[in-house]
Amino acid sequence: MTSIRIKNYGKINKDKVIKFTWDNKEYSGYEGDSLASALLANDIRIVGRSFKYHRPRGVMSCGVEESGALVTVGSGSKRDPNVRATTQELYSGLNASGQNAFPSVNFDFGGINNYLGRFFAAGFYYKTFMGLPPFEWGKGTGIWMVFEKIIRKAAGMGKASREPDPDSYEHANDFCDVLVVGSGPAGVAAAQEAANQNLNVILIEQDSLLGGNNLAEKAFDSSLLQKQLESKGIRVMSRTTAFGVYDNTVVGALERVTDHLSNPNTFLPRQRFRTIRAKYIILASGALERHIAFNNNDIPGVMTANASRQYLNRYGVLTGKKIVITTNNDSVYQTAIELHEAGSKVTVLDSRKNIKIDLPKEIEIHLETLPFSINGSRKIESLDVCKTSDKTNKNTIICDQVLVSGGWSPIVNLVSHRGIKPVWNEENLCFVPGEIKENITVVGSAKGIWNNEDCIQSGIVGANEAMNSLGVSKKTISHLSVGGWSNPINALFEVKSNKFPSKSFIDFQHDVTAEDVRLAHREGFVSVEHLKRYTTLGMANDQGKMGNIIGLSLMAEQLDKTIPEVGTTVFRPPYTPVPIGALTGRNVDKHFRPLRVTPMHQWNIDHGAKMIDVGLYQRPWYYPKKNETLSDAYIREATIVRKTVGICDVTSLGKIAIQGPDATELVNRIYTNPFAKLPIGKARYGIMLRDDGIVMDDGTSWRLGENEYFMTTSTAAAAKVMSWLEELLQTRWTDLKVNVTSVSEQWAGAAIAGPKSRDVLNECVLDPNKITNEKLPFMGVLQTKLKDGTPCRVVRISFSGELAYEMYIESDYAHGMMDILWENAQKYEGCLYGLEALGALRVEKGHVTAAELDGRVTIDDAGLGKMASTKKSYIGSAMRKRGVMGADDRDMLVGFYPLNEKETFNAGTIVCEKNNIHGQGVGRITSVTHSPELGHWIGIGFVKGGLEKWKDVTLVGADPVRDKQMEIKVVSPHMVDPEGKRMYA
Amino acid sequence: MIRIKCPYCGERDHSEFTYGGDASVEYPALDASVSDWTKAIFFRENIRGNQKETWHHTNGCRLWLEVERSTITHEIKSVKACHPQIDKITKNNS
Ligand SMILES: [Zn+2]
Repeated sequence: MTSIRIKNYGKINKDKVIKFTWDNKEYSGYEGDSLASALLANDIRIVGRSFKYHRPRGVMSCGVEESGALVTVGSGSKRDPNVRATTQELYSGLNASGQNAFPSVNFDFGGINNYLGRFFAAGFYYKTFMGLPPFEWGKGTGIWMVFEKIIRKAAGMGKASREPDPDSYEHANDFCDVLVVGSGPAGVAAAQEAANQNLNVILIEQDSLLGGNNLAEKAFDSSLLQKQLESKGIRVMSRTTAFGVYDNTVVGALERVTDHLSNPNTFLPRQRFRTIRAKYIILASGALERHIAFNNNDIPGVMTANASRQYLNRYGVLTGKKIVITTNNDSVYQTAIELHEAGSKVTVLDSRKNIKIDLPKEIEIHLETLPFSINGSRKIESLDVCKTSDKTNKNTIICDQVLVSGGWSPIVNLVSHRGIKPVWNEENLCFVPGEIKENITVVGSAKGIWNNEDCIQSGIVGANEAMNSLGVSKKTISHLSVGGWSNPINALFEVKSNKFPSKSFIDFQHDVTAEDVRLAHREGFVSVEHLKRYTTLGMANDQGKMGNIIGLSLMAEQLDKTIPEVGTTVFRPPYTPVPIGALTGRNVDKHFRPLRVTPMHQWNIDHGAKMIDVGLYQRPWYYPKKNETLSDAYIREATIVRKTVGICDVTSLGKIAIQGPDATELVNRIYTNPFAKLPIGKARYGIMLRDDGIVMDDGTSWRLGENEYFMTTSTAAAAKVMSWLEELLQTRWTDLKVNVTSVSEQWAGAAIAGPKSRDVLNECVLDPNKITNEKLPFMGVLQTKLKDGTPCRVVRISFSGELAYEMYIESDYAHGMMDILWENAQKYEGCLYGLEALGALRVEKGHVTAAELDGRVTIDDAGLGKMASTKKSYIGSAMRKRGVMGADDRDMLVGFYPLNEKETFNAGTIVCEKNNIHGQGVGRITSVTHSPELGHWIGIGFVKGGLEKWKDVTLVGADPVRDKQMEIKVVSPHMVDPEGKRMYA
Repeated sequence: MIRIKCPYCGERDHSEFTYGGDASVEYPALDASVSDWTKAIFFRENIRGNQKETWHHTNGCRLWLEVERSTITHEIKSVKACHPQIDKITKNNS
């Protein structure tokens, strides 16, 4: 191929020269060029190396279907591999290079694979990785092991950057009445017709210029079209690809905002991921020209015929001097004429006979003639041709380019996303969209309509369908028929070669040859889906845009079936690759998930807290002094709580206001224990079950008034419990007069725990006489005021087993509450304590949390069976003892000690019998801590049959993950102050 | 993407909602038998066609909705508030 830029052609701006780099050398092109057109204009023929065989590859198309010119753009953190040179717009400073080659695509050591071709046939990887004996001349898999390293390194495409992506991406949302995908003749006609009826229309186009295949017309003016469309109020989005169609006529689209700019403004995102919610979708996505499989049909210089016309009329590049066009259909003849007029010597091979075509006499035409084999390796030297009737007798035509057209395939991918199977049209040898039952229609060549005028008419019909569906018109719809060529196409998918190994490619990106398909068939792969996976046909990033139909036809031939009988594989989104960065949008780093902080977050940090993530919340973990480690700090904190007093932020607990005349009834139905007679001013600890009798959550409810409760839930289950109460009230118990409101954000809470907690509280509140053992007994609730007059709520409740209270205040006053609590706690040598000490204190007491209540545990398993009322019915009461849930060998809550008190263990340890350390054992340890009170490690967890069964037995804690084993004994989960004397003090 | 026409908020993406369960289930009384509860909790039709299901407008008005949806096409045939009085109010206002 000798490609050159020619005068008087192209829609590029020849006044604006653009410098770019290819494989470290500087070249120039013009504004409006694609990287591919600029490379062709510089007569750079070899731009890639193929996947397996490292064969030289050139530009093979002019669009998204490109399978040859896959290049790497940018470097460092901006390196982007597998970019289609055909769709990459040229910009000043663009730095592109060939890939999958060493040292360069022009001279590649990997080319040796071309001669090892028989080892790379279909299923190669499957066969060899299964360890089957490899090659005749080797013995066993040993030799394969040697080759594997080399081959693995040599096979592959471009390499992605290993650095973090420096670009930013955005998500955008759009709504419209009619979304038109594609700005070719059909799409434009549809958009205009719909806009004329004052419908809100979006037209999206993947290309930088509007026009679709009109861009291959010499006289076509894209910017004029853009102005016309915008003047009608149509929102035009170019450089935007509709990559997927989803339920409810929602389209996913990728807008490339700055990929064509040399120095984009830093405030611009690189790409936008658009979710377009349309009421109606008109797909005018066009059609793709097919290749023909024949020997060496991948040598640089082979291209689809229409692509050559695009390069001529859009980019002013004449892609060859001596061109052979080989076809089975009428679409190439305009191209032949224009290439001839532009100065090339053109020969046409048409596989048909008796066709009527008017051609200038300088264009040679050979009917009933097929391309047989290309001669040349790095470029085309000549083409061997033969007659359809006699493949043994060959002629050779000297040429530098071979254009192919094996027919056209409507782009049915987007319709296929909706689960609609394409239908084979035998007359036009293509799949057309099947019947669509939702607000989507297909127009133009995407429907198999070939002529420009018919496409325009088809677009208008599509717009009428849309308007009828949306109720703005009642027009009669008459669809255009598929086709439109004056001479019928004939079947030409492959010209079989007698050479072996054949190099007739059908999937250029994955180096799948016609012979691979036959091999797959011989080895028993008869389903098209199996064929695809075994040969990897259609699995590269072009997803078989160029080769699928040829593969199907070859499979059909092997199976002695028709193409529709073989079927087609399902296309799935995305139509073209979508960067992960675009899908992620701004949800990266800190925005990956929302961060919840309590109102005293800053206060905690100012007072030295180390924070820990608990769900979305950040909570104080421990408050280290000087060089204290986590373990030093929590042991000190827990010790001080048991000795004097500690203050802890407990705001993250869920809080729900329950109000209304039936508030008591609701609370009584959802907790297992009785709430019907809870007096005003008292709180109660309660357990909620699910419908199936498993524990859902535990928490407290305080009766604030006749018709008002304040409920706390665990941090983990806060959202779930709220939704659950709403579900019950809105779907099941719709007669209850009660309202629930989440007030988790409205109240800040702190626990004040330890023998001195009452003294501290009395120093903090306005009227110190209120807080006595008599006036505020265990589970008593008090609404009072802090010294400064701020109203607060106090409940006497204990998670640590000590005399303890929780104080709640309106969130805005949280810092003030903490200041006053801390000021007074210090007078009693108190401390601030975090989640780790909180955990230690509750494990010592055998209190369960989310680690224990994991959705498998019944109230009896958790040792709380006495909280299940026998006098009332409640959610889960019927089901809690059904079947195995009533068995007496269930996993039940116990405490664990290491037999040797110096040993430690971890949560997750499996509890086993001494002589049977195996499988799931007889139990598990769920929470562990060092117990400051007992002076050694303790744990809680579950064991089959509970304490009674294992009281005096030495068991083994197996921790295979950490390769650890220790002897343990089972104890009561209430390890410190089992009678609870301190709590009631 | 499924779009649900909330009777209070209007048509919204399904990502604002949380799927609940089978809306056709009549939950038995709290003191009903284990077999009645077992039927209500565990036994479900595997419907090919229109199915009534509950959705919670979690990131919206927090109404529980009864949605009739085709399990074949995801097409939504109808949406209403589960609570009969709320349903009445939203219908009067529309
Ligand atoms: Zn809503």
